[in-house]
Amino acid sequence: MKNYAFFLGCITPNRYPGIEVATKKVLEAFDIKMLDVEGASCCPAPGVFGSFDLETWAIIAARNITIAEGMKADIATTCNGCYATLQEANHLLKHDEKLMERVNKSLESVGRKYQGNIQVKHVAEILTGEVGLERIKTKIKNPLSNIKVAAHYGCHFLKPSETRMHGSTENPTFLDEMIRTLGAESVNYKDKGLCCGAGGGVRSTKLDVALDMTAEKIDNMIESGADCVTTPCAFCHLQFDRGQIELNEKFKKNYQLPVVFITQLVGLAMGMDSRELGLHDNAISSESLLKKI
Amino acid sequence: MPSMPKSQIICVNGNDFVDEVIRQGSKVLPKEDVATLRACAQCGKCTGSCPSGRRTAWRIRQIFQKVLLGLRTEALSDEALWDCTTCYTCQERCPRKVKTTDIVRVLRNLAVREGHMREDHAKICQIVFRYGHAVPINDDTKVVRKRLGLSEIPPTVHKHPKALEEVITIIDGTGFRDLVTKKEQPK
Repeated sequence: MKNYAFFLGCITPNRYPGIEVATKKVLEAFDIKMLDVEGASCCPAPGVFGSFDLETWAIIAARNITIAEGMKADIATTCNGCYATLQEANHLLKHDEKLMERVNKSLESVGRKYQGNIQVKHVAEILTGEVGLERIKTKIKNPLSNIKVAAHYGCHFLKPSETRMHGSTENPTFLDEMIRTLGAESVNYKDKGLCCGAGGGVRSTKLDVALDMTAEKIDNMIESGADCVTTPCAFCHLQFDRGQIELNEKFKKNYQLPVVFITQLVGLAMGMDSRELGLHDNAISSESLLKKI
Repeated sequence: MPSMPKSQIICVNGNDFVDEVIRQGSKVLPKEDVATLRACAQCGKCTGSCPSGRRTAWRIRQIFQKVLLGLRTEALSDEALWDCTTCYTCQERCPRKVKTTDIVRVLRNLAVREGHMREDHAKICQIVFRYGHAVPINDDTKVVRKRLGLSEIPPTVHKHPKALEEVITIIDGTGFRDLVTKKEQPK
């Protein structure tokens, strides 16, 4: 059994605990234990706190990493924002001794020291990489054969590619391959790589701009016949789920596209109960999707 | 079209403000990455790729032009600087390999030092100072957590007041609280 330090961040535990529970259940089925990172804080958000002061952003990120270092476990995240911050900060610190010295001087005040001896990973990376699609295939009890899924990768999982190293950012395929492995169809749709609209502090200051991007994406997904949108990012998940409600309320729309986190989709295909996966706790109902399974 | 290899890019742009941006950015980011700013040829592929620019006044090529012309005040006070969602599409596509999005973050760091920050961003900072999370737990989520078999309070700073103290000590130690609290907050 392999252990990971499950870095929860803000959105997963505080808004979408279904993502937390589904991720634990699915990875445990593959002999991966997701351990609590006791005392972790906000990552802090890359486009928000990184935009205010990169130095403070790096130190708070380093503090979070030191907790996992103490657990002697690599970090696993369920939010592209947390992944972006922790993966980038870890990368920067490992490659810049002067920065590491300065960060450690600050961490001294709270009795911590960044060592640089663990890796930061994304749950989607663990599932498609070390678990692998072949092993996932062996656990499928309930193939999602009637389902059309619109994959949304989210920006910060893939970009900047020089730091993330997950290959093509214009035409990524791992999420589509995962969806097909589960028996579902991954639909192609217009401007598939478009941002959900939430990042960079735009959701919190110009909601209408963020929602305009969300609406464009959801429209394109619906046009392609998608039954749901699937993402590996808790923040994109929130933007699509709450965002549709906001669009319906503010602009008198009638969006109802179910939003399913990648580990929730895997859990469904593995025959897990939709309630236990938290699929009934979204703002947008998952019923239209679940009826087809 | 394949982009130019790094070694063939000729860096020509320079002025005091460009130097300041590189100095500020390279405190945390690799200097050679921030210095790619000098290689911008104003081709506009960034703005052409920008999803925010299709709906707002944000023009990333224009902000780089202001920087390259040394127009410090114009660049840092441009309110649209905060409309970038940091999607990195422009950075990935830049034919001169300019780290556009990373440089936007550096420009925002400098803008905050000049007191330019949106009110709601300042509020998020206050939430983090209080809770250690930008999005703290609420009563509705506590109920859902319990129903799903999770601890009502997540094992984060929410459960560990001493851990929150650590975060606050760091924030006060870097001067971050003063940076985002004392300055004038234009709407």
